[in-house]
Amino acid sequence: MIAYIARRLLTMAGTLLIISALVFVIIKLPPGDFLTNQIAELRSQGGEAAATKAAFLIKQYGLDLPVWKQYLVWIGVWPGPNGFSGLLQGDWGWSFEFDRPVNEVVGDTLWLTLLVNIAVLIFVHVVSIPIAIFSAVRQYSWGDYLATFIGYIGLAMPNFLLALILLYYTNRWFGISIGGLYDPQYANAPWSWNKVVSLGQHLIVPTLVIGLSGTAAMIRRMRANLLDELSKQYYVTAKAKGVPPTKALLKYPFRMALNPFVADIGNILPHLVSGSILVSLVLSLPTVGPILLGALRSQDQFLAAFILMFVAILTVIGMLISDLLLAWLDPRIRLGAR
Amino acid sequence: MNVITHTKAPADAGSTPHFVDPRPFDPGASEPMANEDERYWRASALTLIWWKFKRHRVALASAIVLLVFYAMLPFVEVVAPYPLTKRHGDFLYAPPQPVHLMHEGRFVGPFVYPYSFKFNLDTFTRDYEVDRSTPQPIRFFCKGDTYSFWGLFDASFHLVCAPEGGTMFLAGTDRLGRDVLSRIIYGARISLTVGLLGIAVSFALGLLFGGLAGYLGGWVDNVIQRVIEILRSLPELPLWLALSAALPANWSPLLVFFGITIILGLLDWPGLARAVRSKLLALREEDFVKAAELMGASRARIIGKHLIPNFMSHLIASATLSIPSMILGETALSFLGLGLRPPITSWGVLLNEAQNLASVNLYPWLLAPIAPVVIVVLAFNFMGDGLRDAADPYH
Repeated sequence: MIAYIARRLLTMAGTLLIISALVFVIIKLPPGDFLTNQIAELRSQGGEAAATKAAFLIKQYGLDLPVWKQYLVWIGVWPGPNGFSGLLQGDWGWSFEFDRPVNEVVGDTLWLTLLVNIAVLIFVHVVSIPIAIFSAVRQYSWGDYLATFIGYIGLAMPNFLLALILLYYTNRWFGISIGGLYDPQYANAPWSWNKVVSLGQHLIVPTLVIGLSGTAAMIRRMRANLLDELSKQYYVTAKAKGVPPTKALLKYPFRMALNPFVADIGNILPHLVSGSILVSLVLSLPTVGPILLGALRSQDQFLAAFILMFVAILTVIGMLISDLLLAWLDPRIRLGAR
Repeated sequence: MNVITHTKAPADAGSTPHFVDPRPFDPGASEPMANEDERYWRASALTLIWWKFKRHRVALASAIVLLVFYAMLPFVEVVAPYPLTKRHGDFLYAPPQPVHLMHEGRFVGPFVYPYSFKFNLDTFTRDYEVDRSTPQPIRFFCKGDTYSFWGLFDASFHLVCAPEGGTMFLAGTDRLGRDVLSRIIYGARISLTVGLLGIAVSFALGLLFGGLAGYLGGWVDNVIQRVIEILRSLPELPLWLALSAALPANWSPLLVFFGITIILGLLDWPGLARAVRSKLLALREEDFVKAAELMGASRARIIGKHLIPNFMSHLIASATLSIPSMILGETALSFLGLGLRPPITSWGVLLNEAQNLASVNLYPWLLAPIAPVVIVVLAFNFMGDGLRDAADPYH
């Protein structure tokens, strides 16, 4: 198992390296950058002092270096203008738009992003497993059709619009304030029980909206897996021998069906993270989503690149966890057999 | 039938000569097939797929729905009751006018009641008063507002027009008084082609890389596999956002449209490439390929005649299943203002205008473009499911 984990961690490091290069290339794709745009603007207005400051920042962050060198400086394996100082050293760069270090700009939003995504992941699993078991055991019942129908709607409805509509109705029916992750009065307040309750209330809509399509996909797949297993002979034998139905179901076919299900966490995770960014934008949740959009628009390169990297790390770690779970669940995988 | 007869078998001493019946041999004769069976065994793969697909009722219905939608695209100018940019200054944010059939207990045919705009000074809302005394029948196959058909020539023929001297806003109007239904119909042109163009890009890339990986194997396969894994592990929306932010702001809307479709396709190919590769690897081991090899078929013939037709049906099925995600992707990007921009009209652009809570509250009909999005996405999903089941007719 330890060898397996080590091997997995090694590939993860390689993946992240490639992702970081990809992210940097994408960020660098649009012509010009925030500072050169700003300098041009300031020159045209005659703000020489500010332009000098911008020119200083260009030097400071090595924006005059060739792109490949900029990349190596950014990840921290090449000495920049002020020594080794990149992602690997914990320096996330400078946000030109906010004129503050990136870690101050993103700050709490990282944790809240993580919180929203974990809440969604838990929601997807807690909801989809029982529904999938029900619709597999009672195939072609009304409950099965209902679950399928809701699943298809979840698949086809653009989730940002669903967010908008649900947001309006939760405000109207339950009086939950619009937007954000807690009521306005808690925005700058220290953490207290009431703030946690408010947070919980505001998590409902995003979790539901982001999780819906994932839940739909999970139910469909789990149902199919379980149906495959339920028609196999070992299950018939177990029932014929008089094993109680619940035990016969949960102990063998369910465990077998769980395998692809766990492997799927890795597949749906990127979609969930995508969904959470989109929905955060609509609901103006204090997560990285809105900051990312703003940073991309103004070409605030370090901020945008860091957030893209953060999101990628989130999914890669999620996939690692799903792989480890799978290895724990299925000995064939951790022993390296195919 | 060609029967080989060894009449001059070497006559070894004492052994009976090798005997072969010279009469023509028909293997079907000894076990005559029923008519139905024969039809089945002699049908081409395509026919079999069609038979199997036909049995899937929902998929068939979805295919018909999609066919109607796509058949409409070249003629949106004729189908839409109003031209795209026609503004009705007296009818801003007008609610939908329902179509009625019966007026005061008597059948009139499809008609609408006219309404007039009044600003309510107490609540500062727009009120529309419906005049229930004069039904205005809707006209069919009629002359209406002039439009430029495909930008080539002017015409004024419409399938449906507003009543003479009246209005017909079946889905209401927007903030400039433009008919929402007409805009949805025009928007279909862009929204529905985005998916097709995007899938074409993704299909080409998937076929190329999947084919290379499956055909060449070795380190090429390894590299392509790793790239696929990495691309699949990235959340696509942030990448879409980043790439569309990279499109130069001075591009014309049409160029942006092509840029967006290419971006959508660029990030979609890994799934298809993976399918191609695994199908290629599996099919290479099949008995019919071995049989073809033993009969001396050339490599080109095996690939062209046996492999491609076999996985193409699968590929088309899985491509169909990824069109909806492209349509939703375009909608999401345009909704966020990073995708298509007016004057290009797509469903996402239309929804972009309904982005605020005020429209959910006061002008819910601005959310009408959701309906076609949901219908098309569902139809593609059902049709894709049906195609996938039918793609392998021998199972």
